[in-house]
Amino acid sequence: MIPAVETTGLSRRYGQTWALRECCLRVPAGRVVALVGPNGAGKTTLMQLVMGLLEPSAGEVKVFGWSPRQSPTLVLARVGFVAQDRPLYGGFTVRQMLGFGLRLNPRWDDGFARSRIDLFEIPADRKVSKLSGGQQAQVALTMALAKRPELLLLDEPVSNLDPLARRDFTRALLDAAAQDGLTVVFSSHVVAELERFCDYLVVLNGGRVQVAGELDALIEEHRIHTMETTTASSLAGDPSVIDVSPGPRVSTVVARKSLALGVGDPEARLPGLEELVLAYMNSRGASNLPLPVLRGASL
Amino acid sequence: MHKEVFDFQLNTRSGVPAYLQLVQQVRRAITLGRLRPNDRLPTIREVVAALVISPNTVLKAYTHLELEGLVISRAGVGTYVQPNLTVRPLQNHSSLRRRLFRWLRDARAAGLDEDAIDALMAAARLEAGDSEGVA
Repeated sequence: MIPAVETTGLSRRYGQTWALRECCLRVPAGRVVALVGPNGAGKTTLMQLVMGLLEPSAGEVKVFGWSPRQSPTLVLARVGFVAQDRPLYGGFTVRQMLGFGLRLNPRWDDGFARSRIDLFEIPADRKVSKLSGGQQAQVALTMALAKRPELLLLDEPVSNLDPLARRDFTRALLDAAAQDGLTVVFSSHVVAELERFCDYLVVLNGGRVQVAGELDALIEEHRIHTMETTTASSLAGDPSVIDVSPGPRVSTVVARKSLALGVGDPEARLPGLEELVLAYMNSRGASNLPLPVLRGASL
Repeated sequence: MHKEVFDFQLNTRSGVPAYLQLVQQVRRAITLGRLRPNDRLPTIREVVAALVISPNTVLKAYTHLELEGLVISRAGVGTYVQPNLTVRPLQNHSSLRRRLFRWLRDARAAGLDEDAIDALMAAARLEAGDSEGVA
């Protein structure tokens, strides 16, 4: 099956700074993908490259097999986007917004858009700027879904919503995914909220992909060990070690399950999504450095 | 007799992958007789809406259960507990259940928390030579 998004060596530079470097990804269609990383990790750049809004500095990106720069109409018709700041025109009413959608998108599903606005009890004659944050997010999601996209990109769509509105938004999003087999890519720097609903994980940091894959498989592939700090320091440079959180006497080690020292450790446990993400965010270079000397550490 | 559709729960802190939690809940409900042959499981959309999880997670759990022979999916209709399933529901072991309840009450009264109870149970199993465990 053709992957929803495939990138090979995809890179983008702004002046001297690499926003994205040698990104290789293969996201199967139908996944709900969490794209996580701190601010400035390259999440937005990656999304803009996928949509063809940016030209790669090197490498290539394919969306359902097409290049977004070479076949923009084919790609853009299949991709929906909800941006961080929700690019709605505050001065227009909800009804006017839907009217734009109808005129601008050949595959626009007007019946769907209207019934969705009704469902969430959003007043269609109200100006977008007068809606609550949660309602604005639902209008933005409606605009993106009514295009009938096969790939939906959401750039930190819920970061400004309260927890309840966040949950409503996510539920609506997943319902759409369940109905249409939509591929969803959802970026966030808040990891905890992604734990439940994503099934594919991509961790970006400093413009590089730290880890990517099916979430269940990634979790199963890793273990968390608690061991004496002296033992943990001897692991420096071991390629199976992802991250070490050193303590004065006892250290926590996140490693692949192939770690020789960890085999048969009865206390080893599986990491949660958040632990896994944090370990990979820390891991750049960190696992290759010697642990700090703790001689004389006192409590 | 009106029958409620089976309700899933999700514990995000348990460290058990979500799909496996769903699988375990169906297995347990069948063992306990709360789910019987021909009972309908909620649709993927219903589970997604209730738990706010990825549809793929539910699909994975249902596929898993189907491969285990516990459920069957009828295209366009839904997922059902296997009609030919022969289980001896644990409900019948009422005396064992009663004694276990009493033991749990005593354990809590003695100040044991859930972790301590689990640990004690695991240790007792091991001592009794039952190292099989439940996958």
